[in-house]
Amino acid sequence: MTDLLRTRVLGQSPRRVDGPAKVTGTARYAGDQHVVDPAYAHLVQAEAARGVVTGVDVSAARAVDGVLAVLTPDDAPRLASTEDAELAAFQSHDVAFRGQVVAAVIASTREVAREAAALVRVEIDRQPHDAHLGTDRDDLYAPEKVNTGAETDTSRGDVATALAHSPFTLDQTYTTAWYNNNPMEPHTTTALWLDGDLALYESTQGVHTTREAMAKVFGLDPERVHVIAPHVGGGFGSKGTPHVHTVIAAMAARAVPGTPVKLALTRQQMFSLVGYRTPTIQRVRLGCDAAGRLASLEVDAVSQTSRIKEFAEQTAVPARMMYAAPNRRTTHRLAALDVPVPSWMRAPGECPGMFGPEVAMDELANACGIDPVEFRVRNEPDVEPESGKPFSSRNLVACLREGARRFGWEHRDPTPRARVESGWFVGTGVAASTYPVNRTPGSAATIRCTGPRRYLVRIGAADLGTGTWTSLAQVAADALGVDFADVELRIGDTASPKASVAGGSSGITSWGSTVVAAAEAFREEFGDDPAEGDEAGAEMPGNDAGDTYAMHAFGAQFAEVRVHVDTGEVRVPRLLGVFAVGRVVNPRLARSQLVGGMTMGLSMALHEHSVPDERFGHVVNHDFAEYHIATNSDVPHVEAHWVEEHDPHTNPMGTKGIGEIGIVGTAAAIVNAAHHATGVRVRDLPVTLDHFL
Amino acid sequence: MPFDYRRAPDPEGAVAAATGWPGVAFLAGGTNLVDHMKLGLAAPDVLVDISRLPLDTVAELPDGGLRIGATVRNADLAAHPVVRRDYPVLARALLSGASGQIRNLATTGGNLLQRTRCVYFQDLTTPCNKREPGTGCSAIGGYTRHHAILGASAHCVATHPSDMAVAMAALDAQVAVLGPAGRRVVPLVELHRLPGEEPHRDTVLSPSDLITSVDLPPLPPGTRSQYRKVRDRASFAFALVSVAAVLRVEDGVVRDARIALGGVAHKPWRARRAEDVLLGSPADEEVFRRAIDAELAGAAPLEGNGFKVPLTRNLAVSALRELSREER
Repeated sequence: MTDLLRTRVLGQSPRRVDGPAKVTGTARYAGDQHVVDPAYAHLVQAEAARGVVTGVDVSAARAVDGVLAVLTPDDAPRLASTEDAELAAFQSHDVAFRGQVVAAVIASTREVAREAAALVRVEIDRQPHDAHLGTDRDDLYAPEKVNTGAETDTSRGDVATALAHSPFTLDQTYTTAWYNNNPMEPHTTTALWLDGDLALYESTQGVHTTREAMAKVFGLDPERVHVIAPHVGGGFGSKGTPHVHTVIAAMAARAVPGTPVKLALTRQQMFSLVGYRTPTIQRVRLGCDAAGRLASLEVDAVSQTSRIKEFAEQTAVPARMMYAAPNRRTTHRLAALDVPVPSWMRAPGECPGMFGPEVAMDELANACGIDPVEFRVRNEPDVEPESGKPFSSRNLVACLREGARRFGWEHRDPTPRARVESGWFVGTGVAASTYPVNRTPGSAATIRCTGPRRYLVRIGAADLGTGTWTSLAQVAADALGVDFADVELRIGDTASPKASVAGGSSGITSWGSTVVAAAEAFREEFGDDPAEGDEAGAEMPGNDAGDTYAMHAFGAQFAEVRVHVDTGEVRVPRLLGVFAVGRVVNPRLARSQLVGGMTMGLSMALHEHSVPDERFGHVVNHDFAEYHIATNSDVPHVEAHWVEEHDPHTNPMGTKGIGEIGIVGTAAAIVNAAHHATGVRVRDLPVTLDHFL
Repeated sequence: MPFDYRRAPDPEGAVAAATGWPGVAFLAGGTNLVDHMKLGLAAPDVLVDISRLPLDTVAELPDGGLRIGATVRNADLAAHPVVRRDYPVLARALLSGASGQIRNLATTGGNLLQRTRCVYFQDLTTPCNKREPGTGCSAIGGYTRHHAILGASAHCVATHPSDMAVAMAALDAQVAVLGPAGRRVVPLVELHRLPGEEPHRDTVLSPSDLITSVDLPPLPPGTRSQYRKVRDRASFAFALVSVAAVLRVEDGVVRDARIALGGVAHKPWRARRAEDVLLGSPADEEVFRRAIDAELAGAAPLEGNGFKVPLTRNLAVSALRELSREER
């Protein structure tokens, strides 16, 4: 148990400190950084999903005025490490997926680079490829572990017998689509070499994780790699681990000694080079008694990975902790395909993994004739079902009740297809949300007194637009017992002490704990009246509460859905979420995070769908005209609220992380509402109008 | 690729500048052409900039019709008081297209000549008969959600993406064209081609033909019109199906019916068979349904876009129902 920080600034809503720079266009992102006379790189991608590069003709490209160098598998320098196959640019002639980078042109302007890249002729000896994901495959395999190190399969009790004896059962298959992260700011690197040191202005969720990866790839002492990322225009997981363009930008800068190189991916390139969420196929089997108590719960999840690098989405993991059931079983199976490398995206595991089960819960509640809010309440576990650990705090029921009250759920007629208004079927639905309290070890911070009532706090944390510049300074102010205005925070630079990646909603938990420890060290050493120049630091302290407690955030989402009687068009006029996420650091920023997550959930439910064409092996709708993301017109009203939650176990701030939980459960709530509106049960995302014709 | 850029002083000069260059393109709003140049989809040798030509006015004609200059911006046309008053089908079609920013740039002529958004056409790495004749059609057997159910061929199943053109097709618009041989008028419904064996030819125009204006004939008093568009999100998306309907009902009998469909064919699809059923028939739901079914009897959906048949039927009937209700 931790003594929670006494709050003065925590819980207040100071405005974003980086706001004025962003709205005036003066905030410098990776591609905006001023460097002297940069060159520009543009990538050439494989047009086959599998094969061997047998020849790269660069003569036409080199002949273009302004072309400085061309990198190909034939002559690119060898890298020190090719352990991460995704980063092994030009180290082999093998083509493992369509869109793999097979050459790069470096030129004096962006336009010349792009023009010349189109003139590079790549000969590929094509081999038959396989990009089909389906449960009909006979080569699905069980990975050793799934993401976050979780067990691949789990089993408790006897699900088959329990299911056979249950008066109410469900056995359905649900699918989520292929999604691409698509932050507004494309992945961009500005690279330069100075006396053997590599400097990168990088759009990344973690400057130190980029440093470590690049140091390994190039065989450098990590101290000789400098990564700077003061502002990041969204990442959603796709900037959480380095991708190949960063390596290529550094190789390109080395190919033109003394010249910095800028490399920005095009939107189309982002669909094959920076990760994506694998499609998932989820078979859910549930059995319950007449009172709606689950006797059996099974989730079998199938997803894809690339042949060259395994990524095992932990789709069935949330089913292990969500509801009570004495008999339970989860499995994960993968298909290794000739496809781009999948990676982290917006609540990996929980986001897809709470779709199938939360729709299944709705279906089974309906079958039993029990209200879906009440159905969930009846299956609330006393302890975390699979681990047997008590929860550090669990307020799902409070979220469901508070959400139902705010949404006006009590007046709901449960009959499907019973309400038509002005030519639209109207329905409402609910689903639960959850996300683990993740903490990533390895951060450090320093605090220095820079003058009377002035404190400089340094840590290599990241702000992806989430508000770290503001919220982490709030933590520091309370940890030091000073005013918000007294703190100057410095993040986004490897010149600051090492920080963990901004991922898994772990930022404030990890960096905040570290800053609190540094402040304690500082106050212990220098008291309340330090002198200018006094400095102290600390590493992130351990927290063994996780050995004792299961720590998760929870939420409940309610949706109103309208489906047009004639055309099947689907609209979501109202979304309401109530969350239990521990203490809220900055309500203004927290609301923005939660509303943003729910909006992404709506977008996933109705619109987003990367369409892979198995014949070619790539996503064919690879731009914003065709890959639809919700527009303002699609999102008329989204409300996010939270319940008071005091959790003394998670960390000194009592926070749980809010970056990702907002997207979890939204799609299920919308599907459930669409069923209530129309009587049509959609089990495959996205929920498009053709389901209702 | 490097290209020559010329600015024409007048329409005749533009055509003269373009004549004799097979790789010529007229540049107006650039909302489609410039994208295509970036994608490598278009590589004109010569760009003739017509954006400053004096073709940017909307004028009322003596017969009560309207003449729309080729470079009138979509946003301006949608906001024009006469368009809003007399041709609501056109104003609504324009406003349902693209985004505010794009409508501010896009022109009347350019809107008509925009090319299909078929993902395979726009992707240089996949075969496409429209882009490279003889290479094959990747959409057949692929992602067909936005593809044709009417009038397609074994060589191409692409759709024309314009909303404006669908409204104009229903309004019997006439397109004025200036070419090397002089002026001519092409009915809008004959401007775009069906793909047949030459899907690379979108329209009947040659590269040096310049659209100078579009005329809308007057609508008789009592005529109602409207545009209904269905798409995969509430804004900024191309039509899955759209319907432009112009209807005049007198004493419960249909006296004029002009219907054009968008999102279903290689061109704005004038539903003549439906119109034949409607004309002289009672304006009731059964007739509307029979009319559109007559049109859709020729539909040949692809694997993956069969939903467009019931969607078109429901949307067209719904549009006609509303127009006939307004009449009462």
